[in-house]
Amino acid sequence: MELAKETVLEMQHIMKIYSNGVVANKDVSLELKKGEIHALLGENGAGKSTLMKVLFGIEPPDQGKIILNGSETAIRSPQDAISKGIGMVHQHFMLLPSLTVAENIILGVEPRKKKFFIDMKQAVKAASEIAEKYNFDIDVTAKVEEIPVGIKQKVEILKALYRGADILILDEPTAVLTPQETEELFVQLEKLRDDGRTVIFISHKLDEIKRICDRATIMRSGKSMGTYNVDEISTNDMSKLMVGREVVLEFDKEPAKPREVLLEVRNLSAYNTQGVQKVNGLSFEVRGGEILGIAGVEGNGQSELIDAITGLSRKYTGEILLKGEDIRKESIKGIREKKLAHIPEDRMASGCASHLNIQENLFSNQYTDDAYSGKLLLRTKTIQKRSDELIKEYLVKCKSQKQEVGMLSGGNIQKVIVAREFSTGPDVIIANQPTRGIDVGATEFIRRKLLEFRDAGCAVILVSADLNEIFSLSDRLAVMYKGNFSGVFTDVAHVTEEELGQYMLGIKNDHRKAGAAK
Amino acid sequence: MAGNIFSADFVNAILRMSTPILFATLASGIASKSGITNMALEGMLLFASLFGVIFSSLTHSFLGGLLLTMLIGGLIGLALAFFILQLKTDEILAAIALNLIATGGTVLLLLAVSGDRGASTSISSVSAPIVHIPFVEKIPFLGEVLSGQNLMTWLALLAVVVVHVFLYKTPMGLKIRAVGENKNAAESVGISSKKIQYIALVLSGVLCSMGGYFLSGGYMNMFTKDMSAGKGFIALAASSMGADTPIGGFLVTMLFGIAQALGNLMQLTTIPTELIQMIPYLTTLIGLAVYSYTVMKRKSRLGVH
Ligand SMILES: Nc1ncnc2c1ncn2[C@@H]1O[C@H](COP(=O)(O)OP(=O)(O)OP(=O)(O)O)[C@@H](O)[C@H]1O
Ligand SMILES: [Mg+2]
Repeated sequence: MELAKETVLEMQHIMKIYSNGVVANKDVSLELKKGEIHALLGENGAGKSTLMKVLFGIEPPDQGKIILNGSETAIRSPQDAISKGIGMVHQHFMLLPSLTVAENIILGVEPRKKKFFIDMKQAVKAASEIAEKYNFDIDVTAKVEEIPVGIKQKVEILKALYRGADILILDEPTAVLTPQETEELFVQLEKLRDDGRTVIFISHKLDEIKRICDRATIMRSGKSMGTYNVDEISTNDMSKLMVGREVVLEFDKEPAKPREVLLEVRNLSAYNTQGVQKVNGLSFEVRGGEILGIAGVEGNGQSELIDAITGLSRKYTGEILLKGEDIRKESIKGIREKKLAHIPEDRMASGCASHLNIQENLFSNQYTDDAYSGKLLLRTKTIQKRSDELIKEYLVKCKSQKQEVGMLSGGNIQKVIVAREFSTGPDVIIANQPTRGIDVGATEFIRRKLLEFRDAGCAVILVSADLNEIFSLSDRLAVMYKGNFSGVFTDVAHVTEEELGQYMLGIKNDHRKAGAAK
Repeated sequence: MAGNIFSADFVNAILRMSTPILFATLASGIASKSGITNMALEGMLLFASLFGVIFSSLTHSFLGGLLLTMLIGGLIGLALAFFILQLKTDEILAAIALNLIATGGTVLLLLAVSGDRGASTSISSVSAPIVHIPFVEKIPFLGEVLSGQNLMTWLALLAVVVVHVFLYKTPMGLKIRAVGENKNAAESVGISSKKIQYIALVLSGVLCSMGGYFLSGGYMNMFTKDMSAGKGFIALAASSMGADTPIGGFLVTMLFGIAQALGNLMQLTTIPTELIQMIPYLTTLIGLAVYSYTVMKRKSRLGVH
């Protein structure tokens, strides 16, 4: 029999208006219990991150109060929040790339020796202990700039746990994790819950909410739509509350009609920035009119493959032919002029210029185009008109096209990037985690777009950690493992998730077998 | 001339000329690591060289003069920080203002305090002592270099080590680097970036004032108008070429010192002095070019073909 759990924290009638006039939270109330995992749900721009920033002392609320353990408190800074036992993992990384994992974890709460010095030995020890405790396999002496995104996310979580949070805010922690990693994280979250801690979990993936959360508060356009027991509400009802309409994520797609080869990779070996070989003699081709899905555990060479194809890195041997032409000597601009579009995986690092406005970001890949630029000056009118169209078409939630991209919600930043890439009418699309952090409605939209492009004869490479996405979109499906394809499936409908998992972990590996037979 | 280059005198000249720049380079490094470009080094040097003369004469002691000058340096750093962090003045504009104030202000202040115009001829200041090391000074060459240096030169070398340890081994140093690299990230773990930047700028001011003190109490024995003569800017360049690390900054400063000492030697030849005076600045330019070239090389080293 379960006792009614006690309330640890209440946010009452929170109102937050940003300085540019955006009302991000309107009269939102949230009640958290001890020992629960509480989901916060809502479309992109609904105000989830804002509410959490208020709770963590980053953004002062314009109205409303916070009641912690029965007494009203003001949380004035992150420092204040941390000292009150609140920890937060932000939607976008808050790590220092030039420091090691251990340094990042202990930053601000450094163990000392002889009073004045950092006890680095102790720091490394403490960091590895906490990593071990939560079953995260991380080399704590590695520099953060050298580790893959999935590990970075784990470091963020450890950072919060190391500070001993009783209330842990996780803003879309699973967006960058693979299903296996997500499952591992969930085991840890359950442990925390059983410890009597409270976890606030933000995610756009409703099955995750179902799987792990006790209660869910749903937000729409800055307002709360109520709190529900997760057992008692269907995912359909959840998305209806979020979006205000039914969302269909499954669609019947026509079988692919592959045409000529648009992209060919021949015997590619690619290296990461440290010079470690990550892609091993990989060869494949993608035809117009098909989507090649690439699944795999992060760090198996996907990033290096994509960087090579898009011209971001020249650290490779072998050949990459775009419409039959070798692109090694091409500039990135040259490659893009051959009608290749790229949605990068890390939207803040390489997807956008966060201090520029939406319009400038939308045109950063085509401002030299004659349609948008005269001999000397940009054709501002045309650009403005086109920006408005794109913002409307791609459902970017913003005040105006002059708003700084960095001030948009995470999902809306992603939409700006997708709009930019799709608006050039590409022939080849490299989509790396295209719907990461995007709400259900917009996810549906982007997936449909990808299919539209395919049907129009575009060659698409889709790299995604979201197996649903991979299964529902791919015409061919490849699994990347240790720098090569451990399996390639043409009959995607008949691949099971278990089978795929075995290929992802290298338990099954057609490539190795084929290699051995040679 | 070759004989001159390998003499102890030459090495001494390098060290002597590098001392003020080295302090300022370290000062620049700390500020930059915290995310602020301290372009006010020039003015800070100038103020400190005047106050050094005044304070050492008031206290009749080198140490008293130095400590009070360091205090003033810290206050100037604090003022700069106040404008940049509190009043949100642009850091470059604030620095330019400070440099301009220093140019006129020091002359005015000198006139008010002593009645001297342009040089502190009537102030009897105390210079930093020369350190003679018994026995060692008898060793040829080595003894001549190790012994007979100004105490401030030793302090500058010591400061390289201290600042290095401070930045890389202490919690405060880690916080300074964190704030400089990504303010938001640092704040998200509860570090107050404002406080850290205040501290960094105050320390920067203190270090820089030691360089200024040496200018008028070691390098020369009085204050003269505009005596910093661009050393603050050279230090800024040296620090950034040394990736704003104390060790890197030290190496580059030494390189500049060598260039300048060479230049001084060349003044004995028939080469026009104007050309020779360009040497420190020219080395800065060449150094920067070499630096960016090696960075580029390193980046593309892994690129195949
Ligand atoms: N710093 C800021 N300045 C101005 N407006 C902002 C700022 N941050 C967010 N906003 C706006 O506030 C609204 C809510 O944003 P918020 O980041 O809270 O959304 P979210 O629910 O977290 O969305 P997502 O799922 O996309 O992360 C958005 O319209 C956004 O444009
Ligand atoms: Mg968000």
